[in-house]
Amino acid sequence: MPDRLVLPSRSGTFGFLLSRLRLRYDSGMQILTVTQVTGYISTLFDADPLLQDVWVEGEVSNFYQSGAGHAYFTLKDSQAQLRCVVWRTQMARVEHQPANGDAVLVHGRAAVYEAQGSYQLYVDEIKAAGAGALAQQLEALKARLEREGLFAPERKRFLPVFPRSIGVVTSPSGAAVRDILHVLKRRFPIAQVIVAPTRVQGDEAPPQIVAAIQALNACSDIDVIIVARGGGSLEELWAFNDERVARAVFASRIPVISGVGHETDWTICDWVADVRAPTPSAAAEIAVPDQDELRQQTEQYGVGLRQAMVQLLSRLRASAEHSRTLLKRFSPRATVDRLRMSLQMLEQRLTSQQKHRLELSSRLLSGSLARLRALSPLATLDRGYAVVLQRDTGHIIASVSQAAPGSAIDIRVRDGHFGAEVQPPTSTPRARGHRTPASRR
Amino acid sequence: MADKTAPSFEESFAQLEEVVRQLERGELTLDESMALFEKGIKLAQLCEAKLDKAEQKVSQLVGIGSDSITLATFEEKD
Repeated sequence: MPDRLVLPSRSGTFGFLLSRLRLRYDSGMQILTVTQVTGYISTLFDADPLLQDVWVEGEVSNFYQSGAGHAYFTLKDSQAQLRCVVWRTQMARVEHQPANGDAVLVHGRAAVYEAQGSYQLYVDEIKAAGAGALAQQLEALKARLEREGLFAPERKRFLPVFPRSIGVVTSPSGAAVRDILHVLKRRFPIAQVIVAPTRVQGDEAPPQIVAAIQALNACSDIDVIIVARGGGSLEELWAFNDERVARAVFASRIPVISGVGHETDWTICDWVADVRAPTPSAAAEIAVPDQDELRQQTEQYGVGLRQAMVQLLSRLRASAEHSRTLLKRFSPRATVDRLRMSLQMLEQRLTSQQKHRLELSSRLLSGSLARLRALSPLATLDRGYAVVLQRDTGHIIASVSQAAPGSAIDIRVRDGHFGAEVQPPTSTPRARGHRTPASRR
Repeated sequence: MADKTAPSFEESFAQLEEVVRQLERGELTLDESMALFEKGIKLAQLCEAKLDKAEQKVSQLVGIGSDSITLATFEEKD
């Protein structure tokens, strides 16, 4: 910061200025036009070296940039305000682009804006300064209340899903209350609304807001309270940074939704409230369910009811079907059928067994026949042998003792038999020990 | 709301939810289910009717900070 300049002595310049203004001193009564006085004040400003080259520290508020690019804002501290202008060309060159709430150090010259009879600082440089006094104060309060547990997440309460009545602490005029009522009506007109009108800025606002919250808490049937205010500068929202308001919100028996300012504004009230909404409208949205969704949900419940019934009926039908199948399976008729089936199968097995056995037997039989044939004495006869039989007994003569000389015998050959008489032996038989097939019987 | 004896929207809606849950659990007899189904459909109609018929009622507290706080019709100030 440049050295502060010492004010030049008034007496030195005064006469000079008077002469410049060509004031009338005719009748001792000094009458000036507004333009003259304003012009005179303006020259005083212009002649003051300090005002021509001054650094000022303060907090930016009411920042506004015109379409032409010139910036206007108020620089302030806790006791006073100073209007500032930054021309477009200067604005492009300043070190710090100011925003509301910024603590800044500005340089420029103070001059009178004669058309409005006001003075302002024509700024040619802006630097960021330490945190502004108001912001510091706010931070200190916030830190203290936080330590005390006013913002503790564990004490935040759930909001009722279907509030029957909603208390609204806000100004009875202005956009905030209109927006809130509009949203509540659109989303959930079932809920009745009780407005607790208060001022929302200025010194009277905090005690009124406190009284309104307390009055709503004294009502028996309010389910949720909205504390709201439309957007504004930091000073305009200041009531919601008031410790009394914070404590009233904290003490509220009824859950509180805070909807103060815009998305970017955070007030102490927001921190203490059970739910913080970015805007008044958003607070109203949070406070109530949406009737469109409720209708949809109700419709879905209806669908769910019908589906459950359809399912139940089809389940019952299926189980009836199942029982019928079971009944059928265990009915006497089924048993008979089953027995008949088994019988058929047994029969079949029996027949095939029998057939098999028959085939086997017939094979055996033909084998035996072949063997029989081979062993038959008749087959021996075929080969040229003969069987000798006693004519009277029919016995086969297998030994000499059976052949008494002179007895009649029959001799059987392959193709028949003929008679003969036993003659005494002539010589030793040629084939001794020959066994006839008959001996094997 | 004006009619204090009638169930609130909240109660009807909660009942409807419960009926649907019970019915979906499917542990009931046919007769019980039919009775619940009818009850549910009636509740759904009731909820819809409540939404259809609702008219926003706005009032305001008068005399905040004094001993006698009263309720009056809300009038927006300009």
